[in-house]
Amino acid sequence: MFLQNATPAETAELTTPTGLKPSGGARPIIEFERVTVSYGRDAAATQALAESTFRIDHGDFIALVGPSGCGKSTILKLVGGLLKASGGHVFVARREVGAEDVRIGMAFQNPTLLPWLSIRDNVMLPLKIARPFREEWRQKRKTEYRDRADALLAKVGLQDFANKFPWQLSGGMQQRASLCRALIHDPTLLLLDEPFGALDQFTREELWATLQTLWMERRPTVLLVTHDLRESAFLANRIMVMSARPGRILVDEQVDFPRPRTLDTTYQPEFTSLTHTLRSLIVAARSGAGAPS
Amino acid sequence: MRAVNREKLASAALIVGVFVLWEVSCLVFGISEIILPRPSQIIATLIDRWPALMPHAVQTLYTTLVGFALGVGAGVVIGLLIGSSRLAYNVAFPLLVGFSSIPKVAVVPIFVLWFGSGTVPAVLTSAIICVFPVVVNMATGLATTEPELEDVLRTLKASKRDILLNVGLPRAMPYFFASLKVAVTLSFVGTVISETVASNRGVGNMMLIASSNFNVPLVFAGLFILAGLGVALYVIFSLIERRVTGWANRKTEFAGG
Repeated sequence: MFLQNATPAETAELTTPTGLKPSGGARPIIEFERVTVSYGRDAAATQALAESTFRIDHGDFIALVGPSGCGKSTILKLVGGLLKASGGHVFVARREVGAEDVRIGMAFQNPTLLPWLSIRDNVMLPLKIARPFREEWRQKRKTEYRDRADALLAKVGLQDFANKFPWQLSGGMQQRASLCRALIHDPTLLLLDEPFGALDQFTREELWATLQTLWMERRPTVLLVTHDLRESAFLANRIMVMSARPGRILVDEQVDFPRPRTLDTTYQPEFTSLTHTLRSLIVAARSGAGAPS
Repeated sequence: MRAVNREKLASAALIVGVFVLWEVSCLVFGISEIILPRPSQIIATLIDRWPALMPHAVQTLYTTLVGFALGVGAGVVIGLLIGSSRLAYNVAFPLLVGFSSIPKVAVVPIFVLWFGSGTVPAVLTSAIICVFPVVVNMATGLATTEPELEDVLRTLKASKRDILLNVGLPRAMPYFFASLKVAVTLSFVGTVISETVASNRGVGNMMLIASSNFNVPLVFAGLFILAGLGVALYVIFSLIERRVTGWANRKTEFAGG
């Protein structure tokens, strides 16, 4: 099932941009074609993302893992239209990024809630902005949309905090609210940038289960950036391991544990051996980048 | 709550204390009312001459409010233009600093030259003096908006206008109100200067005439009127500020309502 004992030499072979596996119905939602990203200009430019080509299918759950600074977040920002590629093409739903007719929900490393809005209003924000919801914002913001936000907040245990302001909530609660905001408009594409990074172990595991349930109910395509290997193995259908900067995809692997996965899954030997292998891959990737540039 | 009340009591006591000290020192050192009238004399003059003073006070208040409204309006527009783009902010800032460092008193003769004496130059002086604090604060508020907050909207395919209305403006509100409190007091300065130089109405003009007649208590009565008006407007804007931007100070009463 997995590339056991992959050495850096072997993984290097896998960096060819064809290391893709067809995953079920081949209906791609995200396609990267020889995409590169560099910051700065000319001589001073640092390459954040080496030429990358891959595709992601509708309804899949992808985890991007790798050493810090390897361009994981860069990939998310490209897909979310927050960053322009320096070279190559990013397609979302077969259209050049930005032109696509796909609803995107994004949760960031920090909760990034707007401090002047109540938690409920923060969660409702996408309904005010994103099509097709914005057309009916005026009519429905006090009825249907409000109920929708409250229902989602209840799902993550924040029903009593809808009228509070972000600063009145703990970091974990803010993060949960931010997850609600990413989901409220029923996005086809969910981009999660280390959303649980700042949380304690127990809250994190709780939210894994919540996220899995939400994913199984609605089946959005999820792209999750994380450096928690257990998290990636617990949540994802497919794990992409990236090398150190400039980032490239080293390994692209399916995870076949049956769903719904529980915390017990994480203590099974297959699970442990998977995370262990991932770990050694990333350690190898880090040391490969150890040479001063 | 008790601590807050104690603070309020203390500041009231300080105000009363200053006036008492003033009154007592004038009596003890036998200071002539031509030099420094006692507060009791000033208040007596104020009450005594109120029918004559009131039209001047109304004139000054009116001029100031019109000028303030114009100045703030212009300030908001310029601030939005400059603050909504980093390029505009960097390019325009040196010019703004140059303009704002001109002493505004110096422009009064020019306005008088252009518009004659009277209400118009007073309104304009009052307006121009409060433009800059508003521009600088609005622009700073907008320009320092966290890019992460804008990213939230950009992933939702928000237009520039959406971002300005939903992130930029609310984010700039605390800066805006801070500048309003500065602007409203400056606005009085502008009006009074212009009234003193070129007008036949208003508190500034009244004070000028009173001082040339050596009616010093009346001059001070004018000062008291100005202080009263200034404080009143400051309080009004503070109250509005507290309602609108309580989130920035994490006010509990804001959270409740």
